[in-house]
Amino acid sequence: MIEWFTWLQLAIAVPGGVLCLILGLLGRKPTDLTMGAPALVELLLIVQLAAAIAAPWAGNDATGSLLEFYTYLVSAIALPVAAGFWALVERNRWSTVILGVTCLSVAVMLYRMNQIWNVQGR
Amino acid sequence: MSYDDDRAMTESQTETPTPSSRVSGIGRLLIAVYGVLALAATGRSFVQIASEFDDAPLAYSLSALAAVVYIVATLALIKRNTLWYRIAWATIGFELLGVLVVGTLSLVDPALFQHKTVWSVYGQGYGFVPLVLPLLGMWWLMRHPVARAALVSRA
Repeated sequence: MIEWFTWLQLAIAVPGGVLCLILGLLGRKPTDLTMGAPALVELLLIVQLAAAIAAPWAGNDATGSLLEFYTYLVSAIALPVAAGFWALVERNRWSTVILGVTCLSVAVMLYRMNQIWNVQGR
Repeated sequence: MSYDDDRAMTESQTETPTPSSRVSGIGRLLIAVYGVLALAATGRSFVQIASEFDDAPLAYSLSALAAVVYIVATLALIKRNTLWYRIAWATIGFELLGVLVVGTLSLVDPALFQHKTVWSVYGQGYGFVPLVLPLLGMWWLMRHPVARAALVSRA
C-alpha cells in the first residue's frame, strides 16, 4: 500500500461522497457526476490492490495483519459495484444518497487500511 | 445516460406501477446502511475467527453472531410479508439489546470484553452506527407495517 496514493484516494472519496449525499438529499437522480465519483473511487481501489500485491517486492511490507488488510480491501472494492448497480436499476434520489454513503464508507475503510499497513507495529 | 434514455425509463416505470412496498424511499437508504454494517461485521468477525479465535472465543463468537443477525436483518428489511416483518422486528430488537447489554458491560467490566466486538462501548468503533441503526430501523418498521390489504389482495 502506497501512503500518498491512499491520501489521494481519500481526497477523492470524501468530497465525492459528500457531494453525492448533498445532491441526493436535494432530490437529484444519479447522474454522470454522481455515478462518476464512486466509479473513480473504484478505479483507484483496483490500482491500490495492484500496488498492495506488488509492494512487498519493493520492500514495502505491511506492519499489521495482511489478512485484515485484504478483508477491508476486497470489501471496499465490492461496495461501489453494488451501489452503482443499485443506482442503475433504481434511479431516484436515494440511489444518489447511497452512492454517497458508499464513497464515505470506502473512505473509512481506506483510513483503517492505512493504519493497518503503515501505523500498526511501529 | 442521455435524456431520451432517462425519459424512456421513466415511462416504462409509469406503465407498470409497482405496488407500494416497504422498500421505497428512505427505506432504501436504511437497507444500504444495514448492508454496509453487515459487511463490516462479517469482515471483522471473519478476520478475528481466522487469525486469533483462541484468544477470545466468547467475544469472537459474539462478533460472528452479530454479523449473521445483521445479514438477516438486512434481508428482512428487503422482503415484504408478515413473516419477514416479524423477523425484521426480532433481529433489530436483538441488535438493540445486544448493543445495550454488551455496550454497558464493556464499560462496567472492561475485563469481560478486552477484545473488540462490533457492540463494544455502544459501537464506538463503528461511529455508534450499531446503536443508532436499530432505533432508526424500529422507527421505520413502526411507520411501515405490512398492510393487511396487500396480503388479502395477494391471497
